[in-house]
Amino acid sequence: MTLAKKKAMTAYVFLVIPLIFFVGVRFGPMLYAMARSLTDWSLLRKTNQFIGLDNFKAVLGDEVFITSLGNTLRYAVVGAPIVIVLSLGIALLLNRIVHARGLFRLIYILPYITPIVAVSWVWRWMYQTPPLGILNALFSALGLPAADFLLSPEQALYSIVAVNIWVELGYCTTVFLAGIQTIPMDCIEAARIDGASSRQVLFGIVLPLLMPITLFLMIMQGIQFLRIFTPVYNMSAQAMGGPLDSTKSAALYIYQTAFTQFEMGRAAAASLVLFAIIMAITLLQLRLFDRKSTEGQS
Amino acid sequence: MTIERKIGTVGAYLALILLSVTMIFPFFWMLLSSFKDATQIFQTAMFPTKPTLDNYVSILFSSNTRFPRWFINSAVVAVCTTASVLFFDSLLGYTLAKFDFPGKKIIFLLVISTLMIPTEMLVIPWYAMARAMKWGNTYWGIMFPGMISAFGVFLMRQFMTTIPNDLLDAARIDGMGELRIFTKIVLPLVSPALATLAIFNFIGNWNAFLWPLIIASRPRMFTLPVGLANFSGEAGSDWHLIMTGATVSMLPLIIIFLIFQKQIVRGIAMTGLKG
Repeated sequence: MTLAKKKAMTAYVFLVIPLIFFVGVRFGPMLYAMARSLTDWSLLRKTNQFIGLDNFKAVLGDEVFITSLGNTLRYAVVGAPIVIVLSLGIALLLNRIVHARGLFRLIYILPYITPIVAVSWVWRWMYQTPPLGILNALFSALGLPAADFLLSPEQALYSIVAVNIWVELGYCTTVFLAGIQTIPMDCIEAARIDGASSRQVLFGIVLPLLMPITLFLMIMQGIQFLRIFTPVYNMSAQAMGGPLDSTKSAALYIYQTAFTQFEMGRAAAASLVLFAIIMAITLLQLRLFDRKSTEGQS
Repeated sequence: MTIERKIGTVGAYLALILLSVTMIFPFFWMLLSSFKDATQIFQTAMFPTKPTLDNYVSILFSSNTRFPRWFINSAVVAVCTTASVLFFDSLLGYTLAKFDFPGKKIIFLLVISTLMIPTEMLVIPWYAMARAMKWGNTYWGIMFPGMISAFGVFLMRQFMTTIPNDLLDAARIDGMGELRIFTKIVLPLVSPALATLAIFNFIGNWNAFLWPLIIASRPRMFTLPVGLANFSGEAGSDWHLIMTGATVSMLPLIIIFLIFQKQIVRGIAMTGLKG
């Protein structure tokens, strides 16, 4: 009895500093941002009045914000599924081969651990128009027309998506490969003996067993792409999310509103809108996958 | 059937090799560009005709370069936050795994739910907080949001549950203090997990961009990514210097990666399986 009490006391002592941290640097600031999104908080003015939902109205009425939300969705809807499908395919290929599996995996992870700022600039250099850009040199060697990449409002967003896919691919491949390797081999052998083709093994056994990992990666990658900031900041001219706002993500809009226009209240409102969208999409994915996996069982 | 399989295997190798080229080429091109001078960089030859180390001298040793300072800043920030994360995350993970006390479930949920809060939202109040406390342009200002990682707590708690209770109770009966039990018995037992957490946290902090960009306004307090972004934005068409700066900022990570590749691969695989 006294030992249990003593242990509980120890626990509380151990918890003091971490709890102060999580309340003071996570929950407190979150609530503060929520409260201040209802005020005309700015670093330029002294006033600090409650203005109700005006910030939300201003933000949702701002064409640039709507554009940035559209771009953000495009980053996620294009980027996340491509990363998932590609990395699953690569993991299946890696599982199939015997030699140099570790070396390949190592090479694929390299972009994931290097600073995104640095790789963004490397890609920006490769994306230059002729005669500077190496990619355009490759295009002309292959007889393809030159591409504008980051300079074109139509291509810039996809050029950035491509870099982010390149960065995340190795991470997802590694997670998938680890998942594939947990699948019991006798399960697959038994199916083979019963005469199942490799296609049937893949769609009937391997993919259903990988469902939880796919869901996890889909949600994490979805969040990653919805929050995209660093590549956009570093790959658009003057970090403006151009050309013509065509690459501006919601995160970059929030950053600009808060730290170049100093409209903190409005930026907080915009960040809450982004938060709500991330939550909604995450929950939607959970719902959809849940239904799919129960259907598969019945 | 066997011929089909063989063709498939050859195809798999070809696809994987092609992909490897795609993954490596940007680094290779960066490295090649860093050995070219201002005229060679604009020429079409792939390899530098007259390789030069001038760019590295200029980035690392010229009188007005700030890269060495940024390098030190990044190292200080990454080392200090990692040390703090290791200590507090394992302490919290240990407490949540091995102690029973009222409110334990709620506290665990509270910690884990902070993973959902997006940084984009938090930077605004953090900035206000740092301004009020005069933490702008200080190491503490850059570091304070990352001193404890909720993900690390989750990871450490998983590992702590594998420690046998009898071992801890035996130490208690021997009269060991709780803090000593933690540092002398618990921490050595979870050292593989600590290594993984340390590597990931170091990489994450070395690469962090959004918050350091906001909080450090004086160039001498920039971290490497912020410095590189700023330098490159101003360098205009000096691509040979930008590529040299990028190489310099990547080098420590590539070295860490080559040394700790096993732990990194295992760590990544673990994050997926735990989910």
